[in-house]
Amino acid sequence: MDSALIPEGAKRCPFPVFALGLAAVGVVVLWGVYAMGLCWFKGLNQTNMNDYYGFALWIWADLAVIAIGGGAFFTGLLRYVFGIDELKNIVNLTVVIGFICYSSALLILAIDIGQPLRGWFIFWHANVHSMLTEVAFCLSLYFSVLTIEFIPLILENRQVDKVPFFHNLGHNMHGVMAIFAATGAFLSCFHQGSLGGVAGVMYGRPFAYREGFLVWPWTFFLFTWSAAAYGPCFTLTVLKMFEKITKKKLVKDNVVHLLAKISGWMITTYIIAKIIDTIYWATVTAPSQGFKFMDFYSNNSFYGVWILVLEIAVCGIVPAVLLTKKSFRENPKLLLTAIILGTIGVCLNRWVMVLQIMAVPVMSFDTWALYIPSWQEVATTVLPVAYGVILIALAYRYLPVFPQERELNAD
Amino acid sequence: MKQDKHGKNHKFGMVVDLDKCTGCGSCMVACMSENNVPFKEDESNKKDSLTWMRVYKITNGKSFPETEICYMPRPCMHCGGKGDHGHSPCVSVCPAVATDYDHSSGIVSQIYTRCFGCRYCMGACPYHARYFNWWDPKWPEGMESYLSPDVSPRMRGVVEKCSFCFHRYQEARDLAYVEERDDIEEQEYQTACTQACPAGAITFGDLNNPDHAVSQLVEPDAHNCGKPKNPKAFRLLERLQTNPKVYYVSEREWVRKAGDNYLDGEWEKVKNNHGKDHG
Repeated sequence: MDSALIPEGAKRCPFPVFALGLAAVGVVVLWGVYAMGLCWFKGLNQTNMNDYYGFALWIWADLAVIAIGGGAFFTGLLRYVFGIDELKNIVNLTVVIGFICYSSALLILAIDIGQPLRGWFIFWHANVHSMLTEVAFCLSLYFSVLTIEFIPLILENRQVDKVPFFHNLGHNMHGVMAIFAATGAFLSCFHQGSLGGVAGVMYGRPFAYREGFLVWPWTFFLFTWSAAAYGPCFTLTVLKMFEKITKKKLVKDNVVHLLAKISGWMITTYIIAKIIDTIYWATVTAPSQGFKFMDFYSNNSFYGVWILVLEIAVCGIVPAVLLTKKSFRENPKLLLTAIILGTIGVCLNRWVMVLQIMAVPVMSFDTWALYIPSWQEVATTVLPVAYGVILIALAYRYLPVFPQERELNAD
Repeated sequence: MKQDKHGKNHKFGMVVDLDKCTGCGSCMVACMSENNVPFKEDESNKKDSLTWMRVYKITNGKSFPETEICYMPRPCMHCGGKGDHGHSPCVSVCPAVATDYDHSSGIVSQIYTRCFGCRYCMGACPYHARYFNWWDPKWPEGMESYLSPDVSPRMRGVVEKCSFCFHRYQEARDLAYVEERDDIEEQEYQTACTQACPAGAITFGDLNNPDHAVSQLVEPDAHNCGKPKNPKAFRLLERLQTNPKVYYVSEREWVRKAGDNYLDGEWEKVKNNHGKDHG
C-alpha cells in the first residue's frame, strides 16, 4: 500500500500492521492531549504540584529527555567535527532521537508554565542573570539546528528525492552539516550546562548549591558532561529496541562498540568528576551552611542514601567498567546491561537534581515534603514518549535511518 | 533615587519579637485582607494555600513539662542577597525580570503581569515565602466590594508574595510630595501586619535610619550586610547569606538556635558571635 515510500531494498511490516500499531500508540497520545488540554484550560491545579513542589515531574522529564537526547549533539560532534567516519551509520538515529527529545522538552515547558500565552516573555524580558533564560535561548536555537539536521534525512525519502530541487537541497545540506553540528555542539554545551546551573545557583538550597567557575556552578559542567557521556547509552538502547522489534541487525557491531567505548570513557571521566563534586559538597559546601551529609538522606520515607549509591555506583561505575573493557562491551548481554543502567543513571541524576532539592527541608523547623504526581501529570509526561514512538516509527518506515540496513539484511 | 535625611537609601525591614507573639494569626488575617489574597473553600492543605504572612509553630522538642512553644510569623524576607547587593535568591533566577530588587527601598517587588508562572523563584526561596496561584481568585458573593482598590488581585498561573505593603509606601510618599516634604515619617509607612498585631510583636521601619525603632532593636551592622549586633536578635538562615530584612528577637536560646542549621557543637561556638561571620 505504501511500498513506494519505503526505502529501496528495505523490508517493512505490512501497512495494516503498522497502522494498527500507530493507532494503539495514538490512543495514548489522545489521552495525553486530553490531559494537556485540561492543564491549559483549567490551570495547573490539575497537577499535584504545590508551593513546596513548584518543580516536579514535568521539569524532571524535561531535564531527562534533554540529557538522553544528548547523544545527538555528541555523536554529531564526533562524526562531523572530529571526523570519526564510522559514526555516520548511527548519526541519523541520534538526530531523530534528538529531535524527538528536544521537541518534547519544548512541549513539556509549554504545559508547565502557569501562563502559557506569556511564554515569549522569557525572550522579550530576558534576565541575563537567570540560568533559565540561558536554557530558553539555547534550547530554542538548538532545536532549530536539530530541525536543520533532520531535514536532509527527510529529503532522502524515495519519493521526495526524485524531485531534483529536494535532491540537490539535501545534497548541499549534507555538505555544510559540519557547521551545524559544530553550532549544535556549542549550543548544547550551554543549554545542557545551564540546566545544571538552574539547580547549582540556588544558594538558598544547600542540597542544590555548588561553587563553581566564574558565573557557572560545577553542576553546569557536570550536566554537559553527563549528557555527552550517557546520551549515547540511550541512542544504543533505542537501537537495541529497534533490532529486537524488527528482528533485524541495523548497525554493524564495530560502530556500536565504538560508540559504546567512547561513552564508557566519557562516563568514567564524568563519574570521577561527580564523585569529587559529591565529596567536596558533602564535606565543605554543605557543612559551611550547617548541614551534615546525612541530613539530606534521612528522616524521610523515600530519599535514602540508596539513591546516591544507585546513581553513582550501580548506574555510574558499573556501566563505566562494562563499557570501557573490550571483552565486556563486546558481550551482548553486558553491553545491554551497561547502556540500560547508563540511561537510568542520568535520568536518576536529573530526578535528584529536581525533586530531591524540593523535598529537602531548609529551615530547621520545616519538614520533608513528598509528592505523588496526578494522572494529568503522568499522561502529559507519557504524551511525548508516545509522540516519540510514532515519529521514530514513521522515520524508520519511510526514511533511510540506518544506512547499513540493506547490507546487513541482504537475503 | 529616594533617599532619607541621612543621605542613604531606605532599607525597610521588620523585627518580630517572638517572645511577644501569641500565634493569634491577626497578622495573617490583616495581610490577606489588605492585599486581596484569595483563599480556598477548603484550606486544610497548607501547601497550596496563599499565606503571604505565615505563622509557623515551633517547639523545643522536649517532652512535658519542659515543652516550650514559639510562634514564628514569616513574611517575605526581602533578601538583599549575597553581599547585600540585591541579588536575592529569587530575583537572580527569575528569567523574565518579573521580580526585582528596589535599591531605594530594599523591597523585592513582584510584577504579576510580567510573571509567566515558571515557579523558579519558588524553588530558589528557602523560606517558602512565594506562592503560586493554582486557581483563579474567587471570593464569596458580595465580598468583592470589600477588596482593597490599592492592590491588584492576581490571576491564575502567576507567583505572588508579601510586598511589605508597598502600596502603603507609595501612598505615604504621595502624601509627603503633596505636603512638600522631602521624606516620610516612620509612622506614615507601616505594614498591615504590624498594625494588626495585638501584642505589638511586630515593628517595621527603615533599618538605615538609626532613629527608627527597627534599627534600635536589632542594631544592624552596615559593614556586615546588616547582621544584627543585638545578641538576642537573629535572621532566618543567616548562614545561607541571603541577608533577609526580617529580624527576630527572643530571649530564649533554643528559639535563636532554631533560626538556622548548625552542625554538632557549632551552636555553642557561634551563639555569642553576633555581628561576625560564622565559623
